[in-house]
Amino acid sequence: MALSGMRGLSVFISDIRNCQNKEQERLRVDKELGNIRTRFKNEKGLTPYEKKKYVWKMLYIYMLGYDVDFGHMEAVSLISAPKYPEKQVGYIVTSCLLNENHDFLRLAINTVRNDIIGRNETFQCLALTLVGNIGGREFAESLAPDVQKLLISSSCRPLVRKKAALCLLRLYRKNPDVVNVDGWSDRMAQLLDERDLGVLTSSMSLLVALVSNNHEAYWSCLPKCVKILERLARNQDVPQEYTYYGIPSPWLQVKTMRALQYFPTVEDPNTRRSLFEVLQRILMGTDVVKNVNKNNASHAVLFEALALVMHLDAEKEMMSQCVALLGKFIAVREPNIRYLGLENMTRMLMVTDVQDIIKRHQAQIITSLKDPDISIRRRALDLLYGMCDVSNAKDIVEELLQYLSSADFAMREELSLKAAILAEKFAPDLSWYVDVILQLIDKAGDFVSDDIWFRVVQFVTNNEDLQPYAALKAREYLDKPAIHETMVKVSAYILGEYSHLLARRPGCSPKEIFHIIHEKLPTVSTSTIPILLSTYAKILMHTQPPDQELQKQIFTIFSKYESCIDAEIQQRAVEYHALSMKGAALMDILAEMPKFPERQSSLIKKAEESEADTAEQSAIKLRAQQHTSNALVVTDQRPANGTPPVSQLGLVKVPIMTNTDQSNAEQELPHPNGALTVVDPQPPSTPSPDLLGDLLGPLAIEGPSGTSPQSDLGVASGLDGGVAAGALAIAPVEEQTNTVQPIGDIAERFHALCMKDSGVLYEDPYIQIGIKAEWRAHHGRVVLFLGNKNTAPLFSVQALILPPSHLKMELSLVPETIPPRAQVQCPLEVINLKPSRDLAVLDFIYKFGNHVVNVKLRLPAVLNKFLQPITVSPEEFFPQWRSLSGPPLKLQEVVRGVRPMPLTEMANLFNSLHLMVCPGLDPNANNLVASTTYYSESTRAMLCLIRIETDPADRTQLRMTVASGDPTLTFELKEFIKEQLVFIPVPPRAPAPAPAPMPPQALPPTSPPTAISDPGTLLAGLL
Amino acid sequence: MIRFIILQNRQGKTRLAKYYVPLEESEKHKVEYEVHRLVVNRDPKFTNFVEFRNHKVIYRRYAGLFFSLCVDITDNELAYLESIHLFVEILDHFFSNVCELDLVFNFHKVYLILDEFILAGELQETSKKAIIERMGELEKQE
Repeated sequence: MALSGMRGLSVFISDIRNCQNKEQERLRVDKELGNIRTRFKNEKGLTPYEKKKYVWKMLYIYMLGYDVDFGHMEAVSLISAPKYPEKQVGYIVTSCLLNENHDFLRLAINTVRNDIIGRNETFQCLALTLVGNIGGREFAESLAPDVQKLLISSSCRPLVRKKAALCLLRLYRKNPDVVNVDGWSDRMAQLLDERDLGVLTSSMSLLVALVSNNHEAYWSCLPKCVKILERLARNQDVPQEYTYYGIPSPWLQVKTMRALQYFPTVEDPNTRRSLFEVLQRILMGTDVVKNVNKNNASHAVLFEALALVMHLDAEKEMMSQCVALLGKFIAVREPNIRYLGLENMTRMLMVTDVQDIIKRHQAQIITSLKDPDISIRRRALDLLYGMCDVSNAKDIVEELLQYLSSADFAMREELSLKAAILAEKFAPDLSWYVDVILQLIDKAGDFVSDDIWFRVVQFVTNNEDLQPYAALKAREYLDKPAIHETMVKVSAYILGEYSHLLARRPGCSPKEIFHIIHEKLPTVSTSTIPILLSTYAKILMHTQPPDQELQKQIFTIFSKYESCIDAEIQQRAVEYHALSMKGAALMDILAEMPKFPERQSSLIKKAEESEADTAEQSAIKLRAQQHTSNALVVTDQRPANGTPPVSQLGLVKVPIMTNTDQSNAEQELPHPNGALTVVDPQPPSTPSPDLLGDLLGPLAIEGPSGTSPQSDLGVASGLDGGVAAGALAIAPVEEQTNTVQPIGDIAERFHALCMKDSGVLYEDPYIQIGIKAEWRAHHGRVVLFLGNKNTAPLFSVQALILPPSHLKMELSLVPETIPPRAQVQCPLEVINLKPSRDLAVLDFIYKFGNHVVNVKLRLPAVLNKFLQPITVSPEEFFPQWRSLSGPPLKLQEVVRGVRPMPLTEMANLFNSLHLMVCPGLDPNANNLVASTTYYSESTRAMLCLIRIETDPADRTQLRMTVASGDPTLTFELKEFIKEQLVFIPVPPRAPAPAPAPMPPQALPPTSPPTAISDPGTLLAGLL
Repeated sequence: MIRFIILQNRQGKTRLAKYYVPLEESEKHKVEYEVHRLVVNRDPKFTNFVEFRNHKVIYRRYAGLFFSLCVDITDNELAYLESIHLFVEILDHFFSNVCELDLVFNFHKVYLILDEFILAGELQETSKKAIIERMGELEKQE
């Protein structure tokens, strides 16, 4: 056993090991920490050796799981020690204890930089390692050029250069702008000529990151990568130390082939030929050997080669070789290889023409679904999901259903979601789809998300032929003992709507239906009771002539719930009771649910959204974006012999319901005033952003025009009718204007983007507008990503920025046409001139087919983007606070109607707004003090201080004091914070501008009346 | 890329943990606890790969020690699996016949070796010889 060389440390470790239990360990650790603290307090008496020893001890204590925050400073300060032994400890311990978000790290930037540019090679290595492991954006901006210099320096040893390569990779990941593409691509190509395989390995990792972002700039690296592969494959000029169990650096081979997967094709015929030769050798020459390590290493290379072959769309022969190999792998006993076989087969699905060959292995794959290892089961599930199409959907879905009952809990939710999606996408007939979903709910009710049962209700509602069948099925399930609550919900809903279609069957009289549903009521939770009440109301309505006894029973239930504590239940009980009294008129009021407007399945959306988080964008993903045929859209290419093509959304058969036709017709008429509906249908009590949510709202109680879904449409558009109305007003009458509906809630997306810097601003079936923003002081750079989601181009694209008066905004040229499935990036430069809460608006227009779509979107260039959190010590805070003595620099206001939230939540909210909460400054625990710096051209960097005093007895009010050196800033910031704290009800969809929640009192002269004439502000007010 | 490396014994005691992505303290404790639970009871006949949140843990057991790497879903599993073995070979060489106690008492050396082997979540050097020689250089300077 080697000892550490530091006696004190070894003794301490032994002591810890000898502790009998956790309690003893804690005591020993506390004693040591106390000792370390006192020693560090009296630093003068410490020798460098002792310092080093204590910092190591701290790291050990930290590894045991104890908090050593007090020692961060000591570790960081050792970085600037003059001698190697201490410096080394400082660097290593700092990079274990701190991460890029720690403020302490800033203190070290200068020392680190000096070490990097200094002449001491050992110090250079230490510094590069620290930056490579925990460097953040600030490091990236200040150190990238120095690191680049080291990487290409001819005087540095490979030792330094390989560290510089990976250090640069880290900095690039933190901020891609630090590598200037123009200057760097040639250098990168030169780096690939490197003989030292250590440097080459590191450089290859760097290249992968670079090409994954921008392969065009690095074309010249492509042939060099092929050369490297050749060198390795032929084992030429590979030093012995770089072979691993006889294989020339498998890691470098893998990385090189990974880099090649980011180039769309290999055009040069010679390079292509050489590459294929290498790949062919790998595919043919990899045998299974006894030695595990050798076997793993050679298969690591083989699987990467398979991926590359798939990517290159090799000749058919080579492809079928790959599929054959994979077919072999998924049947072997070795679990790792089988796992990878399944995984790669899933990737292979993307290649055209191989689906049929893969289908031959279906039985084998299903066996893996029952493997004892969950990792293998997951891969098998993914593969089955991916390979499913109309021809095998029945088999696969039934297999999944069967497996559901025995599957472990960890997989059930995913399994049921996937089964539901497949059933929806590939249903040979709709009754089968209903069967599957009901079975799903029956077998795994706890794991069936609401989306799944909402979706089946939608289908049933929209397909008349299906309604009697669904009602019958629902009725059958109710006979089963102990059914899941979701089953109660869905059957009650369906029977409420359609049980009258079954009336002549035995056991299906209104009374019987009512009784069997009502039996379940005592067993269900509050969220289900409203659905049952609606069902009762519907049953009453359908019972013609009225059945006095049934009516009496139901009325008794209604009156019982009229005093229910749950507001939703109470409201429904009262309303249904009152409506039911109206007798025959009930029929007109409580009509059948109209059809749901078609839209993308939220299930499929959900599946698409669950994206993996990876350092580099996956090569496969990129490819999938380039190709139109991937596993998720196989629906488009149905075999001719299959059932007639039904598009993903098109499971609806020809509508027959006349009243919907009328309402459609109405929808097509643009209203002169631009508002969506003239007759204001009774809006649902809780406007839900997703139409699926309607199912949970009260059933459609319709006005005569029967436009209930339309009313939702307005709400769902999130812009309070603005978007949909705009689109309608422009569309010519004869066009079929199923208005383009935004996907997701625009307002919600906007609010989310106010808090973070990248995400989706807007999405509809044709286009997705993403945003990525960077803010530095009063400057901002926002990139708009306009992505065409279709296989047809989008024309007449126009983007206009309407900036408020305080922002200077410049949008680069937006192309008029966005090619199919392409994404264009439009940078937008922002300069903040002065404090204001006004918003900028993006007026966006495009044309798809005959549709002209015009949306106006608020841009998240909001006040808090120009804030930078700053910690203030009590010594700094109090003098500042006192010097800003009163209005207009310091404003105080009692705010009422605050969203009640615990103080910790408020602190989180503040922090997310870049208002740094400084705990401990205010002795009163109910108060909160925060500080931040605001940047604008007029104010420059200005410190802002905020104090919130809350009343624990009444969380809906608080007193807020805001201070800064600029009166406008103080006012605007105060109002801004207020807006975040106060609950602002969604303004009704009125054409009138929503009144901004401005207090009438205390408007300083700067509060801009000019802003009213500002088009952007006006619009923002409207939105 | 490698998001973190954890060495744990069967009881779940962390012997080495290195994070290449910024995580809060509490999150680190959670990760270490979860990874341990995830790998400790897996049958030796199972794969060496387990899904973990949005990522993948590649692990390998040597006597009572689990070496776990958390990597991206798209990363090459076998390549990382063998990098664990290479790391163990390096440790074995350095400590001549490494055992858990070596790693406990010389945890600081283990961090040094790791820093020569992996940087920024990527493999830096795959030559055992180069790393052992480098460690010799460094020891001379101490």
